[in-house]
Amino acid sequence: MSRFEINLMLLAGIAITCCAALPFMTEGFYLTLAVNIALYIALCTAWTLFSGPTHLVSLATAAFFGIGIYATAIGIEYLPFPLAILCGGLAGALFAAAVGAMTLRLSGVYFVIFTLGLAELARQIVTYLQTKIFGSIGLFVLTDHTEGDLFYYLLALIVAIFVTGWLIGRSRLGFAMRVIGNDELVAKHFGIEVARSKIILFVISGGFIAMAGAIMAPRYAYVEPASAFNATMSFMVVIMALLGGTRRLWGPLVGVVPFTIVTDFISANFPEHINIMIGLAFLLIVYLLKDGVSGLIDKAMRTRRGTRLQGAKS
Amino acid sequence: MTILVTGILLGGTYALIALGLTLQYGVARIMNLSNGETLVAACFSAWLLFTTTGINPLWGLLIIAPLGFVANGAIYLGLLRPLVRRATSQGMLEVDSILATFGLLFLFEGLMHLGFGGAYFNYQFLAVPFKFLGGSYALNRITAFGAAAAIALALYLFLYKTRMGTAVRAVAVDPEAARLVAIDVGLIAAFAFGLGGAITACGGVLLSTFYTFNASMGAVFTMKALIIVIMGGVGDVRGAVIAALILGVMETLVASLIDPGLTLAATYGLFVLILLFRPQGLFGGAAG
Repeated sequence: MSRFEINLMLLAGIAITCCAALPFMTEGFYLTLAVNIALYIALCTAWTLFSGPTHLVSLATAAFFGIGIYATAIGIEYLPFPLAILCGGLAGALFAAAVGAMTLRLSGVYFVIFTLGLAELARQIVTYLQTKIFGSIGLFVLTDHTEGDLFYYLLALIVAIFVTGWLIGRSRLGFAMRVIGNDELVAKHFGIEVARSKIILFVISGGFIAMAGAIMAPRYAYVEPASAFNATMSFMVVIMALLGGTRRLWGPLVGVVPFTIVTDFISANFPEHINIMIGLAFLLIVYLLKDGVSGLIDKAMRTRRGTRLQGAKS
Repeated sequence: MTILVTGILLGGTYALIALGLTLQYGVARIMNLSNGETLVAACFSAWLLFTTTGINPLWGLLIIAPLGFVANGAIYLGLLRPLVRRATSQGMLEVDSILATFGLLFLFEGLMHLGFGGAYFNYQFLAVPFKFLGGSYALNRITAFGAAAAIALALYLFLYKTRMGTAVRAVAVDPEAARLVAIDVGLIAAFAFGLGGAITACGGVLLSTFYTFNASMGAVFTMKALIIVIMGGVGDVRGAVIAALILGVMETLVASLIDPGLTLAATYGLFVLILLFRPQGLFGGAAG
């Protein structure tokens, strides 16, 4: 383990401790904001696990998230909350495996298109099942979990995602993904099973996203398809992750924090303009911030190191 | 029988929308996810023309289609060409153009939402029953189908019988080889992108004559158009038309026999079948 990595882990430890103290210091608006930020950090980092190395823009986030919510909504009657979360993760992973098996063997465009309508599809099917078979549209999720509890669960999930991401980066799978990301043809010639690697990664990412949904379910109190499968969420995750940059595991962090705050402000004050903001954010990313903010930071560090080296030489 | 005819009538309009998209993707190599916004903008333009000046939507086509051409051409030249120039590989262009057109999708949707609100719009044009093959259908649907068929036929003749159309098809097959035979690929790509926009706009105008529309339905139509394009095979005019008719019939079947809330699920079912069994399109060759 390099010195840089040890420093990074120390830093992460301090950050987590600070975060864990948060619910004791604040409540109400700021705690809700903190939960939102934690939620999007979990979602974006999980999204990046798959979409970062493969460069495939997944819009399935809202579908996985909704599955997670429903897992808790149904499971909470029979299971303790942590087990319901795990079930949610499992359901998300299974769904991801099915979607991945159908689309990830083909060229990337098919995957993007397929995920584009996935949340809407899930919404239609769940609505249909609930109205035709169960006779009611919504489900009550009544728990005594406070925002503070949800915050801890999310924090634990974030740690789990980061550790998983770090382990993947050091594993054969992570190495295979880097080769695939650079050149799929080369990867195939090395004997890497391209489709299988992508599917495994998609399953991991989908599972985590569903777990985040399962954690958030108590906040909804009353779950109905239209609120559980909210397609805008998929796009928000893409924007935040890309804004932060997907080359590094911590990249999305940089995008999530400012963007969640800005979104919160705009949706509170100018709810009519939220789509315009999303549109402009996409254009900003494509035209000005190709590698995200973390890409800019990397570049700045590289040039600084470069000038220092040059200074040492002369 | 009624279902079949209604489905085919609906499919005619879908075909135009999908033809626009397949031109943009097949020739200009841009996956234009904001295609549905062109459609919605055309719906609103037709509505405005009809309600304020009383211009018949069919004449409105003559105004709105050129506008669609100019607007889409401008988007290509202004926003998408820089991406084409900077891309080092097809994959990179794909990701960039998907993200950029997502941006446009949200931007235009947001603007139209500001302008018209979230309410549903429609207007009465030829809303009279028409007896046909033992069933009764709205005359506006039949007119829309006829107009769509005429436009699709004109497009077909243009692509297969004129010199310019041949150049467009050449770029669709291989941009590099097209350049070798002195075709201005950049110009043709911009032209095809604009033409695709114009065709989609025509689809929008026709759709508005019989369909209730609102500012935020663009993405759903983009989705349907994408599925039709993939089903028919990218850049394949005949394939897109047949796929659109199949989708129209399928949707009408599900909506009238099972549940109107499940139309997208029906579309997806079709999509899954295509992905599993014929990812190269209904009439595509082995290369996929």
